[in-house]
Amino acid sequence: MNEVELLNWVRGPGLNIAIGIFLLGTIWRLFEIYSLGRKKDLSAPRHTAGASGWNTIARRSLAPPGMLKRSPISYIGGYVFHVGLAIVVFLFAPHIELIENLFGLSWPALPSQVVDLATVVTLAAMVLVLVDRINKPVKRYLSTVEDYFTWAVTFLPVLTGYMAVKHLLLPYTTMLALHILSVEILLVVLPFTKLFHVFTLFMSRWYNGQANAHKGVPV
Amino acid sequence: MSASLDKGVAVLKEMIDAPIASYFESCVHCGLCAEACLFYTETGDPKYTPIHKLEPLRRIYEQEYTLLGRLAKLVGLSKPVTDDELEAWKELVYNSCTLCARCSLVCPVGNDIVYMVRKFREGMAVSGHAPDGLIGAVTRTIEIGSPMGVKLPAVQAQMKHVQDETGIEIPMDKEGAEYMVMLSSMEIMNFPEYLGAIAKIMKQAGKTWTLCSTAFEATNAGIQIGVSDLAKVIVNRIVEGAERLKVKTVISPECGHAYTALRWDGANLIGRPYTFKVLHILEVLDEFRSQGLLKTEGFETTRMTFHDPCQLGRRGGVVEQPRNLMNMVTKDFVEMDDPGKYNWCCGGGGGVSANEEAEELRLEVFKIKKRQLENVGAKTMVTACANCRIVLEEGLEHYQMDIPVVGLTELIAEHLAPDK
Amino acid sequence: MSRRPTVAEQLARQGVSRRAFLKFCAAAASLMALPPSMAPAIAEALGKLRRPSVIWLSFQECTGCTESLTRSHTPTVESLIFDMISLDYHHTLQAAAGTAAEQAREDAMKEAGYLVLVDGSIPTRDGGIYSTIAGVTNLQMLKDALANAAAVVSIGTCAAYGGIPKADPNPTGAKSVQALMDEGLVPRKPVINVPGCPPIPTVITGVLAHYLTFGEIPELDSLGRPTMFYGDSIHDRCYRRPFYDQGMFAKTFDDEGARKGWCLFELGCKGPTTHNACATTKWNNGTSFPIESGHGCIGCSEPDFWDAGSFYTALSAPADPLTLATSATVAGAAIGVGMSFVNRAKKGAAKSGHETATLKDLEK
Repeated sequence: MNEVELLNWVRGPGLNIAIGIFLLGTIWRLFEIYSLGRKKDLSAPRHTAGASGWNTIARRSLAPPGMLKRSPISYIGGYVFHVGLAIVVFLFAPHIELIENLFGLSWPALPSQVVDLATVVTLAAMVLVLVDRINKPVKRYLSTVEDYFTWAVTFLPVLTGYMAVKHLLLPYTTMLALHILSVEILLVVLPFTKLFHVFTLFMSRWYNGQANAHKGVPV
Repeated sequence: MSASLDKGVAVLKEMIDAPIASYFESCVHCGLCAEACLFYTETGDPKYTPIHKLEPLRRIYEQEYTLLGRLAKLVGLSKPVTDDELEAWKELVYNSCTLCARCSLVCPVGNDIVYMVRKFREGMAVSGHAPDGLIGAVTRTIEIGSPMGVKLPAVQAQMKHVQDETGIEIPMDKEGAEYMVMLSSMEIMNFPEYLGAIAKIMKQAGKTWTLCSTAFEATNAGIQIGVSDLAKVIVNRIVEGAERLKVKTVISPECGHAYTALRWDGANLIGRPYTFKVLHILEVLDEFRSQGLLKTEGFETTRMTFHDPCQLGRRGGVVEQPRNLMNMVTKDFVEMDDPGKYNWCCGGGGGVSANEEAEELRLEVFKIKKRQLENVGAKTMVTACANCRIVLEEGLEHYQMDIPVVGLTELIAEHLAPDK
Repeated sequence: MSRRPTVAEQLARQGVSRRAFLKFCAAAASLMALPPSMAPAIAEALGKLRRPSVIWLSFQECTGCTESLTRSHTPTVESLIFDMISLDYHHTLQAAAGTAAEQAREDAMKEAGYLVLVDGSIPTRDGGIYSTIAGVTNLQMLKDALANAAAVVSIGTCAAYGGIPKADPNPTGAKSVQALMDEGLVPRKPVINVPGCPPIPTVITGVLAHYLTFGEIPELDSLGRPTMFYGDSIHDRCYRRPFYDQGMFAKTFDDEGARKGWCLFELGCKGPTTHNACATTKWNNGTSFPIESGHGCIGCSEPDFWDAGSFYTALSAPADPLTLATSATVAGAAIGVGMSFVNRAKKGAAKSGHETATLKDLEK
């Protein structure tokens, strides 16, 4: 298989399979998780402004008092790499083109120099959080093979995308094919690993926020 | 006796719900919950990371309720949870967790970790892995009526003592009273001032109130050990008493977990909403204050701070009220770092203070309170939970700090304006 | 024809001046990215060269490659090249026809060391019967021709990679020259791929000039293409590249962006993955190339370009990625709902089997 055949495979059948597994896994897991249900709270509620599931969904994106100081790399590294990923994924012209092709939605792109910068910063932040995971006793203690694996499958699409655009190491066509392939791997493993937090975190925040809002505590 | 691993797993199968599933699926092992947990911050030992305390529960969830987890268990990739493992986790689930829920407040993906610890204790207890201290407390509560073994005569003796001292009659079993006042055995045994304070305050406010001979004890060791069936028996006494006496409101005493048990868990334990209201004594006092029924005079001039009991503030939503009351009677009220819902636990909640195995660790993690107090330079510590109070006193004594700890209700009572 | 005249002799006979010849050689040197000082060396090498015999085999093709080569203006490098070689067989260009034409080919093959030029792919299904010349299958003719050949140049994407005849579903079993060699169906000889649909005329002549000058195969990329012409992508050398970098894209062929000459990426330009010299050499005597005329690159010098999705779909947009989506969604829902029933039954059983815990249950 030469690079063009590889590119054609990843753009054609490969992507088809990856999106298929992603959809299948996501829907299956969402049903599996949320069909377990929960009991209604029979205690008399207390109402407080700013306490609700929706509030918590928003509020948990900010560092609680004192936490930034206790674990700066988790927060700063985490913010930078999540925002960076969002910029790279959603504001790079070829990606928008893909989204438009899939769903018919389109929006303006950022200049590629800005996206380049965001990519480098994102990669640096991801390396930083990995180093932090290895260095910090709590994170190292909690980490399993899955944590390192999911880091890698998130890192690789960014890296190969950058290398493709910048013509590093391998010819563009090969790199582009590897880039798409790495995204496909990410799509396939997402529903079955901790990466599934991209969906569940909203419901988790909501559950927590809602249960505590019942007690009048804005968490 | 009849505890068994099977019973534990069966109960956990009942307990695991969509929020727990969602929480486990959301965890990214960021470790931030550790930074919020005094057992980690004060020891530096990563095994005290809150989410790690739930590892066996996570495996049971995966093995029972996810297809991939079931397959992994089938082919031996995921090992079943064993008795030995649960025994090893006892220390993490009971000794080093006060159910303070600071972790639940900071988790960036929104996991209510302490909700899961509470549920996990259900399985731990009936599989025979609860600490002896808590088993003793819950046994005494069920068999005698109170975790400290206090019986009605002891309460009656206290009533008499208070009546003699204050000249105010302490009502018992008075039907149709507006308020039914609950006590914690800690108050009956160690802090008798509380009952006197209530009597004075109620008299000044002109409210009718009563104690209940079948339900004077508000604490609920069933909640702490994590056995809903036993917690239900205990809370039912109060529900029956309140309904028999047809009171409008039941007042939870200065006790954090009693408030949680009565205010939030009770209705769910008995499976129906209450026919009466439940308020914490501080909520009642603040209500009196805003209605002009609570009149005080004079101010404390020493520097005072307020320790928020976790179950009252972070898990109960009573945060403003103690501040309003503190400002009524103090001139130099200062807040510690992280006040209100962010407060650091005394280290003895969630049954830890009743658990001798945990004592050494509890005193070690008290360093956080010591630091907070030193930073703010308070000369007196005020709180609103008898359990916090005794744990704080022990901690302060251990670190040779000469700082008295008082209950907020008593502090208010000391400043009550005399009758005109 | 006992002795072939040298290129110099041939040129002199045709009245081409030494000066004009040197000029061609300088042009050839620059094409090959050689320093201008190489021009006399090229001239010397070419001048001394006996015109080598060249057999041009046209198989499953459209004659576009030949058309490209002959779309030449005078004085052109193309015509000069033709004067440098002895094109002994080319069934479109040669005067002879029928038996005489085939005889010319067979005569040329008697003296080893000739060059074989192929345009068109070779059908292999059903014994290769889908394309024959004078009753001989293309496959057989190539096999015979390669036996004594020095090297083979695959002109055009069909010969180099199979091209349009090989496009899905490839009814004739069309294959490229290289593929046939790899499968052992024809003798293995050095191959130079000069893909393009068609290839740029000066690239064809440039490759031949290089081979004739240096007597060896030029440096090739992984797809067998001379890197001197195929080393850069169209995108790398495109004059519209700054617009790509700034995110300025034409959205339709007649919008403001298109009129202002913005990047055609979103209109399906395959420049980023296409390697060819169009953006630098250009076409029609350096007049223009497709992107300059307002149409995106279709990637014709790459293998399987015909099967790589629409020419008008952006490179980042996949061909048809959602064909499995519906069935995957249904399957996912089926597994999920199935699990939710199993889980509810399990949880229900745990609840109904619940024995009220007593103090006895706290200890073993």
